[in-house]
Amino acid sequence: MQRSNIYILVFSTIMTVLIGGAMSLTSVLLKPAQDKQVELDTKKKILGAVMDISTFKTPEEVFRLYKNRVKSIVVDIKGEIISKDVKGNPLVAEKVNAQKNHKITRNERLYPVYMILNESDTNAVEAYVFPMFGLGLWDWISGYIALESDLNTVKGIAFDHKGETPGLGARITEKKVRNRYNNTKKIFNEAGDLKSITMIKGEGNPPESEHEVDGLSGATITAKGVNKMLREYLGCYQSFIKTKKGESEIAINLKN
Amino acid sequence: MSAEASVVEKETKEKKNPAEPFLSKRRKNIVTDPLTDDNPITIQVLGICSALAVTVKLEPTLVMSIAVVFVIVFANLIISLMRNLIPGRIRIIVQLAVVATLVTLVSEFLKAYSYDMYKVLGAYVGLIITNCIVMGRLEAFAMANKPYDSILDGLGSGFGYAWIILTVAFFRELFGSGSIFDFKIFEALGWITFPTNGLMVDSIGAFVVLGILIWIQRSKSGYVEH
Repeated sequence: MQRSNIYILVFSTIMTVLIGGAMSLTSVLLKPAQDKQVELDTKKKILGAVMDISTFKTPEEVFRLYKNRVKSIVVDIKGEIISKDVKGNPLVAEKVNAQKNHKITRNERLYPVYMILNESDTNAVEAYVFPMFGLGLWDWISGYIALESDLNTVKGIAFDHKGETPGLGARITEKKVRNRYNNTKKIFNEAGDLKSITMIKGEGNPPESEHEVDGLSGATITAKGVNKMLREYLGCYQSFIKTKKGESEIAINLKN
Repeated sequence: MSAEASVVEKETKEKKNPAEPFLSKRRKNIVTDPLTDDNPITIQVLGICSALAVTVKLEPTLVMSIAVVFVIVFANLIISLMRNLIPGRIRIIVQLAVVATLVTLVSEFLKAYSYDMYKVLGAYVGLIITNCIVMGRLEAFAMANKPYDSILDGLGSGFGYAWIILTVAFFRELFGSGSIFDFKIFEALGWITFPTNGLMVDSIGAFVVLGILIWIQRSKSGYVEH
């Protein structure tokens, strides 16, 4: 149908306004629900690195457990606690965006630390969880590594990814692969040097050392990304880990 | 004389436009044709990209199907309602704007109420915008037909797309992951060492399954491409 230019202009203007209005309205209305989902997802991942939370049915259970058992701080590269951001607002570890954070230089990044408290004694830290971020084959990968209170033994790990190939790289989120990072793995060697944990090439390898885990067949680049991410972020957290370790050793000596 | 003529006129008018039954044969065909004989995927070979991409597991495929049916039906309805107002020269842009709006709505709702699915489907929900089935139906049907018929047409094409991708997903998940809706079927049957097929979780597996489906259907219907 041929119409005048004026008609077309008016038509498109009205349509743009209507559609734009509808879009902004939904965005505003759904924002709280979406924020809650993102928060739930983060908390699930942090807890998931330490314990099995698959039996949890409602989001409220996750939030309650998180509130009771997790204490979070933000540290800088030197391992010192930062409580305020550049603008002077109080920093919340859960609000630190891992992707944006990854883009700034290592020395300026914020490093959130999540401390999982003991169930009966909430003054004692049972595990430390460190978020990580890196690149896989197609897009970003991220993860949370949980260390026992000795800050050396791995307690668990959780991964997330954006676009790794299902069945190949995407297997990093599977329990079977995550369980390879179990409590026989250590991030420091006996001399106290940071060794990180490396996924070796190929799958079904003979028993690995305590700094290695079995690899992913067909997903070498994802595995390399995971290794790089672990090495980089454990390196960044090293100062914090060493300070904490020093503190706990002093405490043990004092007790003796 | 004039009264008689008007009566005759009235009669012919009524004969010309008898109220079409709610589900007449023609309307039934609008819904059932795309399911088999004129299937958007197997016959028209449209919407292949998403059929390959999301069909690794049944659950995301189901969500994707619902999303596509929703988008097709409502886009058809909206465009059909506006069909006499849309200026011909910008009709494609108008169609695209309507589809994009609906897709964004689906994506936002998924993000708010099914975040896990949102993460799995991610970009593919957004890519419904470029799913040729949707635009194809708008241009070929909704622009020229009444709203109710357009809804039926949308349902037909939507479900025609849905059952094919669900079938593909069923075989890919069964052989690729040894499960159905994440339920480990072979383990439940006592076959713990079921060898999962890595090819099936790859896009190549989707091509193979889809190819077999198209083959079966075309040999049944005798459809040949010219």
